[in-house]
Amino acid sequence: MSSLVIKNLRVGVETDSGLTEILKGVDLTVNSGETHAIMGPNGSGKSTLAYSIAGHPKYTIMGGTVTLDGVDVLEMSVDERAKAGLFLAMQYPVEVPGVSVSNFLRTAATALRGEAPKIRTWVGEVKAAMTKLNMDPAFSERSVNEGFSGGEKKRHEILQLELLKPKIAILDETDSGLDVDALRIVSEGVNRVKAESNIGVLLITHYTRILRYIKPDFVHVFANGHIVEEGGAELADKLEENGYAEYIKS
Amino acid sequence: MSSLTSNLLKHADTPTGREEAWRFTPLKRLAGLHDRETDVVDQPSLFQKSGDQAGFSLKLVAADSVPPISTTDDVIVERIRESVARVTLLEINRNSEVSQPITFNRKNSIDKELSRTVIRAGANSKATVIIENTGGSLIGEEIEIILDSGATLNFVTLQEWENTTVHLARHHAIVGRDATFNSITVSVGGSVVRILPTVEYTGPGASAELLGVYFATDGQHLEHRIHVDHGVPHAKSRVNYKGALAGNQARSVWIGDVFIRAIAEGTDTYELNRNLLLTDGARADSVPNLEIETGEIIGAGHASTTGRFDDEQLFYLMSRGIASEEARRLVIRGFFSEIIGKIGDEIIEERLMSRIDNDLAKVGA
Repeated sequence: MSSLVIKNLRVGVETDSGLTEILKGVDLTVNSGETHAIMGPNGSGKSTLAYSIAGHPKYTIMGGTVTLDGVDVLEMSVDERAKAGLFLAMQYPVEVPGVSVSNFLRTAATALRGEAPKIRTWVGEVKAAMTKLNMDPAFSERSVNEGFSGGEKKRHEILQLELLKPKIAILDETDSGLDVDALRIVSEGVNRVKAESNIGVLLITHYTRILRYIKPDFVHVFANGHIVEEGGAELADKLEENGYAEYIKS
Repeated sequence: MSSLTSNLLKHADTPTGREEAWRFTPLKRLAGLHDRETDVVDQPSLFQKSGDQAGFSLKLVAADSVPPISTTDDVIVERIRESVARVTLLEINRNSEVSQPITFNRKNSIDKELSRTVIRAGANSKATVIIENTGGSLIGEEIEIILDSGATLNFVTLQEWENTTVHLARHHAIVGRDATFNSITVSVGGSVVRILPTVEYTGPGASAELLGVYFATDGQHLEHRIHVDHGVPHAKSRVNYKGALAGNQARSVWIGDVFIRAIAEGTDTYELNRNLLLTDGARADSVPNLEIETGEIIGAGHASTTGRFDDEQLFYLMSRGIASEEARRLVIRGFFSEIIGKIGDEIIEERLMSRIDNDLAKVGA
């Protein structure tokens, strides 16, 4: 049982006019086995929340705390956060030319497990996970994210989720740029990992359609840098109907 | 012709550093190789290491029997032509396919030395030549590579010198009709390495690919001055050099001169140089030059970029638990693998990558 606890988190970015506050006090707790959806209009700060938890150097913590099972996450380096059990599936996965997917996955697994996975079982593990995500085995010889289609990038993120088995996964707009089939495959992947290892999921999305495949236990509406409304899955239906208009005015 | 021209041409003066060709080079560190007042020995140091097989011959011959074919205004090459009495001559037999790479390495001498090599790839031959430069040397080197029509030659030079070496060289390819010259120049060692990878064409359908990798750390000066002379119609050239620099006074110079003469209609050329600055205190100069005398060409372009490490790549890898140093190592290996991976010999490729890893660790980049 793990808990990611975010308390009064305030985050800014450096702009020409100095440090600009984007997250204005976020409170949120994600426990193992729970799925939280964070929904909100563009520019509300949803992605900033995801990247701040993962430790992207662009963001400055201005106040508040983030802990995983009581341990201060904000003090950790980016790789330490991953080792502690956090995973961020990115909206725009980064291309790393010349580094093959297989080399990347094995290096990451070695780092997270503390020892290199046994080559025979590892190859089988990767192959099985790729098959489940409907990925061509030749994929593993390509450079990380280089020349991947939008769908391939997202599948590759979920492949990592399956292999790296975090405690808490943050999925940042994983549904964007996916057609219906890819959305279903990717969602099934998330549900599979959840069923197998009871991870906590923080699902960040603009649209409700992914929630048809991944059922949220909690829905949080995000606007202007903080959570403005919370509820169960039914809140998503309301958003589907009415949009974000009522939350944007301020 | 060459004996005549060498009598007629005025000797190049000892460079002062004000000349365009020498303005980037630290002349004080050249051990006098560029200076006619300094004594040098003529001592062939290039030996075959492996690749004994049918299809080629290797001889040490009198310089008179293989007069230089190309012209030059480079003072080092002039000195070599004046003083070297014996020339290493490698001839690939016409129509023969030499399946294993012919690999050379150097027996280092303690003297300052000048060395001349001629490689002749016979018509429709196919071969790979690899030159491994290791150890400590003070050497001026000329290699002329002649590709007869339809020949394919893969030419790999590896500058894996100790960091005391001074290596001043010209590697000149003369590419014949429908011949293909593929070269890979890797410079990771040496105090000062200055190589002129140059190409001229003698027949249409000729093609040259010049690839290169350099990695300069503390105090190293690695200079590559490419010159491609499109003097025939319908020839092709591709140049792609990638360099990384780390540490105090790490220095690289890349000059990419491509000249398309009026007669060279149908030319297809593209050159690219990318530099990665890994720490402060390093400096990369990158100067592409394209001179075009005819508009009737297929394409001509160049690009040059010099930038810092991509923090987004680092973040992505680290967000998967990979520690910062390991992530950097992966990215650097990835950056170089596009070219090093084309050498086609896993042992050499891994040896080069490990050296780069180690150098990187040493400067703490």
